[in-house]
Amino acid sequence: MSQDKSQFDDVSADGTMAIDANLPPDPSRRFWVATACAVGGAAGVATAVPFVGSFAPSARARAAGAPVQVDLSSIPEGQMRTVEWRGKPVWVLHRTQQQIDELPNNDPFLADPQSERPGFTPEFARNEYRSRDPKFFVAVGICTHLGCSPTPHLAAGPGPGLPADWEGGFFCPCHGSAFDLAGRVYKNKPAPDNLEVPPYEFSADGTHVTIGVDENNKA
Amino acid sequence: MAGEKTVETTGLLGWIDRRFPASKLFKEHMSEYYAPKNFNFWYFFGSLALLVLVIQIVTGIFLVMNYKPDGNLAFDSVEFIMREVPWGWLIRYMHSTGASMFFVVVYLHMLRGLFYGSYRKPRELVWIFGMAIFLCLMGEAFMGYLLPWGQMSYWGAQVIVNLFSAIPFIGPELSLWIRGDYVVSDATLNRFFAFHVIAIPLVLIGLVVAHIIALHEVGSNNPDGVEIKDGPKDSKGRPIDGIPFHPFYSVHDLVGVAGFLIVFAAIVFFAPEMGGYFLEFNNFIPADSLKTPPHIAPVWYFTPFYSMLRAITADFTWVLAAAAVLGAVAMFLRGNLRGIWRIVVPVILLVVAVLLRVIDAKFWGVVAMGGSVVILFFLPWLDHSPVRSIRYRPTWHKYLYGIFIVTFLVLGYLGTQPPSPVFNLMSQIGTLIYLGFFLLMPVWSRLGTFKPVPERITFSAH
Repeated sequence: MSQDKSQFDDVSADGTMAIDANLPPDPSRRFWVATACAVGGAAGVATAVPFVGSFAPSARARAAGAPVQVDLSSIPEGQMRTVEWRGKPVWVLHRTQQQIDELPNNDPFLADPQSERPGFTPEFARNEYRSRDPKFFVAVGICTHLGCSPTPHLAAGPGPGLPADWEGGFFCPCHGSAFDLAGRVYKNKPAPDNLEVPPYEFSADGTHVTIGVDENNKA
Repeated sequence: MAGEKTVETTGLLGWIDRRFPASKLFKEHMSEYYAPKNFNFWYFFGSLALLVLVIQIVTGIFLVMNYKPDGNLAFDSVEFIMREVPWGWLIRYMHSTGASMFFVVVYLHMLRGLFYGSYRKPRELVWIFGMAIFLCLMGEAFMGYLLPWGQMSYWGAQVIVNLFSAIPFIGPELSLWIRGDYVVSDATLNRFFAFHVIAIPLVLIGLVVAHIIALHEVGSNNPDGVEIKDGPKDSKGRPIDGIPFHPFYSVHDLVGVAGFLIVFAAIVFFAPEMGGYFLEFNNFIPADSLKTPPHIAPVWYFTPFYSMLRAITADFTWVLAAAAVLGAVAMFLRGNLRGIWRIVVPVILLVVAVLLRVIDAKFWGVVAMGGSVVILFFLPWLDHSPVRSIRYRPTWHKYLYGIFIVTFLVLGYLGTQPPSPVFNLMSQIGTLIYLGFFLLMPVWSRLGTFKPVPERITFSAH
């Protein structure tokens, strides 16, 4: 046996060296120490995988995204209903003809009037009204800034906590982002994007909307 | 006896000392730790922070005995503690008041360090351990605030977790991973509970030990910022301007403890909600994932940083980008960086200026908020003043510190208020002052006429 240098416990009880100090150094020791560290380190990192992975949403949370059906006849013109889908508030707003007609007037003040930025807007909603049917606006009521739920202030005009030139829409109480009645964010607000439009489908007779399914009826 | 050490102590203590360095540790850290004799009022806050830590741990243990970390039960279990558990209201109010008082004490402790240059060489690690404690404390307070599962708990957590979603590319996945669900939910509550009661307290205690060991290795600074170790020494080599921590400062600190407990008890018994600043009124409404309260704000101790988060709008990034370009030009023309750094640093600043306009303002808001805390870690290397203590700095430095303190308080107030154009402009100015104070410190801290620093500490017996 050989080693790098003599160790304390190499000295035997009678004071003589148990191992000859003149033996040449053994580079294979260094190699095995490094190998043991590398293998042990890899095992340590691998052990972290299940712990880090356990932070991801559980199978139950992933499965809880069942579609939600809303009866449109229960929402009179100019009114809004909030339903829960995947734990988030989803708004169904029945816009009046006047509200629909006024939407293009907002365009100069909006950050992204045609919803050209990626994400948040499915293809079918990439229009002035951000909806399949101009009358019904469906959106996830979660601000794209930091996830508060904006408050609907559908009527134009000033109100407590609102900007003086309020045109009607949704106002986020947390950081002051404002959205018009198509969920489009106004310029120079903290929120970078328009409100998310979820996948949804109208029933064949147009009386219901199902939130959480696309054209192919997939959740 | 063979194998046993020789020690001075006898009897039971001697038996222990032969097996465990009890007397040695006591001497090193208490009776033979020599601290400067000119400590003033500002030196109470270190020991007070330790006291509050003990209060939080003890009351926390008793709260866990009745609290239920469950989305359906949490809110009710807190009300159960408040109304039905004998003395439960007192234990909870001590814990909630302790949280706010922890920050009061720690902010004053940090301000003391700023005044007297206590972070300067060789105390950089004392400061860095302290900043790590501050970070842990922020995490601890944030996660603890979710546990009552009220509206503010819920939406506060929603906003802060979503901060991570602002990070380009990985952000949305990262915030999903932190929450463990698509919205803040039972899964989030449970993991925050685990962090709040086990993980962070363990780290916190370890860091406090490291903070004190590092301090006792280099010795305490003092209001004059002169080293007692460099002054005259007695025959045993002890600095004559130092006095043993025990009994002199251990007893002295008891005065601070008494004063603190008077204030603490007054809040616990007469104003535990502190007008909505310590316990926010909206948090007496159970969490509702479909409705954000009309006005949400973090607890007061986070509001200065929160104001800076809100201050960064798309227009304001023009101002920041302009500041970065100016900084790059100044660094290149006048800076005293050597060699390649003279090019590299200005180029980095120019890249930052471009990115400021390319990446969403939302991301930069998060950067400003995080950066305003992280920048404090670098204080030992930002301060280039030839003297440590504010006592021997030019008078106008004191005004700068004053402006900084006022800015911090104003930002704190603005963070509690609903957003408005005037307040937003004010918080933008405040953000510039806060960041400028630290980023320009390498320049302004060496300017002016400094007063002569005495050889020894100034002290008059009273």
